[in-house]
Amino acid sequence: MLIGQEPHLPYTRPPLSKEFLQGKQAIEESAFRLGELDVEWRLGTAATGLDRTRRRVQLADSTEVEYDRLIVATGSRARTWNGRGDELDGVHTLRNLEDAVALRDTLASARHLLIVGAGFIGCEVAASARVLGLDVTVIDVADHPLLPFGPQLGERWARLHRERGVDLRLGVGLAALYGDTAVERAELSDGTQLEADAVLFALGSVLNTDWLAESGIELNPAAVCDATLTTTRDPDILAAGDIAAVPVSLADGVPLRIEHWTTAAEHGQLAGRNALLEPEDRVAHTAPPYFWSDQYETKIQAIGCPALAERIEVLEQTPEADRFVAACVRNERVIGFVAVNAAKRLAWYRRQLAEEPMTLAEIRLRLAGERAVLGAPAGAAT
Amino acid sequence: MKVHVDMNLCQSHGECVTIAPDVFALGDDDVLVWQEDVDDDRRADMEAAENACPMMAIRLED
Repeated sequence: MLIGQEPHLPYTRPPLSKEFLQGKQAIEESAFRLGELDVEWRLGTAATGLDRTRRRVQLADSTEVEYDRLIVATGSRARTWNGRGDELDGVHTLRNLEDAVALRDTLASARHLLIVGAGFIGCEVAASARVLGLDVTVIDVADHPLLPFGPQLGERWARLHRERGVDLRLGVGLAALYGDTAVERAELSDGTQLEADAVLFALGSVLNTDWLAESGIELNPAAVCDATLTTTRDPDILAAGDIAAVPVSLADGVPLRIEHWTTAAEHGQLAGRNALLEPEDRVAHTAPPYFWSDQYETKIQAIGCPALAERIEVLEQTPEADRFVAACVRNERVIGFVAVNAAKRLAWYRRQLAEEPMTLAEIRLRLAGERAVLGAPAGAAT
Repeated sequence: MKVHVDMNLCQSHGECVTIAPDVFALGDDDVLVWQEDVDDDRRADMEAAENACPMMAIRLED
């Protein structure tokens, strides 16, 4: 049985901030191919509680479902902003299909979009809105956009957006929104006043763990699991996706929440298989995190844990620096790679990462034996 | 079995290349190339590639 809060059958979310907003893809194209999946669906029904002693999940419609094995995969929701003007029309977050439809409708008649938050969603929607011809301002309290791709590449991401006409303002927050019924104007924390007839809050996510608060499952705040996705205090309960904190070998085995599409997909498949096995027979999740973002014609891809990097070194790049690969280093060990418009090269780095732990010197040595690296030799300055 | 990739969907993520480098590869222009006829004993890898594709671009046919 599959219980879900949303009324829809499963769908893929990455296009919502990109192809769908830009009108290149219809919403129906987001549906997953389910094939002959033999599942009893309880859609539009949120889980509200978990009683492990009686092995029952409590649902919003006041019914209960009994289980032998349970997979917890309630994910996360968009973090909201609470402040003056947060109730105005034209103010959005973006997480699910309804959010995307509502944002698209607002953008259809808006002229100036203000985006609060320069992470994945903020930057992807900024790119989509520029493609649609809107004026776009992006603000963030951080000093760099796209921190998950590594703090030290921030200048490059900032340039990417400014060259495409985004008014990117860093180190500044939002003070208030003003308007009659719909938003018309924003005031920033430094007192700046901006015109804005559409606002997107892209402030990251909050875990949907409320229903587990009384369950006794270890929450850190995510559901803490071992490498087989089995929760620490109950072998009959596994977790998958955003909500699972799973040991990551590239992060010295620390349980991490990896909020990426491919990790969630891998978790789902593995949790399903492991749930049918006894704990001692279960298989560990070992694939390093992979994630990507498409902004304008730029594809950013990353493998490993760039957000944890102490240092990021560009290993190869074209003279124009529009294609490059950088290594992410922590404790002298390479823990990930970021590639821009360099998918084939990333596949090579990915194979290196799958082997033994390595230092930057070792990866440079292996790189020296490679043919067809991008443009300039290793060691070019960022 | 036959392996189909919808190149209107493919965005060169390289998941399939990681799973089955003997069947899938990225060219110097980062565009995917692949072998269309694959032995049935590779079914597990092909299904893994189909499931791993973030764009749901891979389809298998018997």
